[in-house]
Amino acid sequence: MIKIFLAVGLLIALTILLALCRTVLGPGVFNRVAAINVIGTKTIVLLVIIGYIFERPLFFDISLLYALLNFIGTLAFAKYLERGEVWSG
Amino acid sequence: MIGIIEIIVVILLAAGVFFMLTGAIGLLRFPDFYTRLHATGKCDTLGEVLIIAGLLLHHFFVYSSVPGAELSVKLVPVKLLFLIVFIFLANPTATHAIMKAAYNTGEKPWKVGEERK
Repeated sequence: MIKIFLAVGLLIALTILLALCRTVLGPGVFNRVAAINVIGTKTIVLLVIIGYIFERPLFFDISLLYALLNFIGTLAFAKYLERGEVWSG
Repeated sequence: MIGIIEIIVVILLAAGVFFMLTGAIGLLRFPDFYTRLHATGKCDTLGEVLIIAGLLLHHFFVYSSVPGAELSVKLVPVKLLFLIVFIFLANPTATHAIMKAAYNTGEKPWKVGEERK
């Protein structure tokens, strides 16, 4: 089972690499922000799989935190790019 | 018994990896911003939820039979369920927010015959 988890983790790392290509290539800031959001959501799953490979429950807490921070970061980026400021008023 | 569960787990993991790879290829290959988000917003959500559901099933049938497990190990399925619910709520919301921001700042959609951006 560990080998299957290792293969899944390597394939997720490959998809992160493809999204990183879009981050480097992508014309304009919106493509880059979207690709960074995709990288963050893939990293959540990668952290869960790492937690099962090394059998450490600590990684699940880290992945929960990463999910929250990634969501807040993307929303803040979207609001900033739309209005020029994060907090209006 | 454990063999059937392992087969189901592997099928769930393979389906999740397939959807994530499809989303990443769509992100790399589609012609403009909106189509790229169309590819990744749905494929990533489904793929990640499938992978975490497979790991949840694996956890239920492998680790819950261990006697005297620690509390941190017992709480892992709760965390994984939180992750599934949060990804299902947050990932489409983030995609919608970034796409609405791009639309309001005047990013034009790609039409047939134009050059790929």
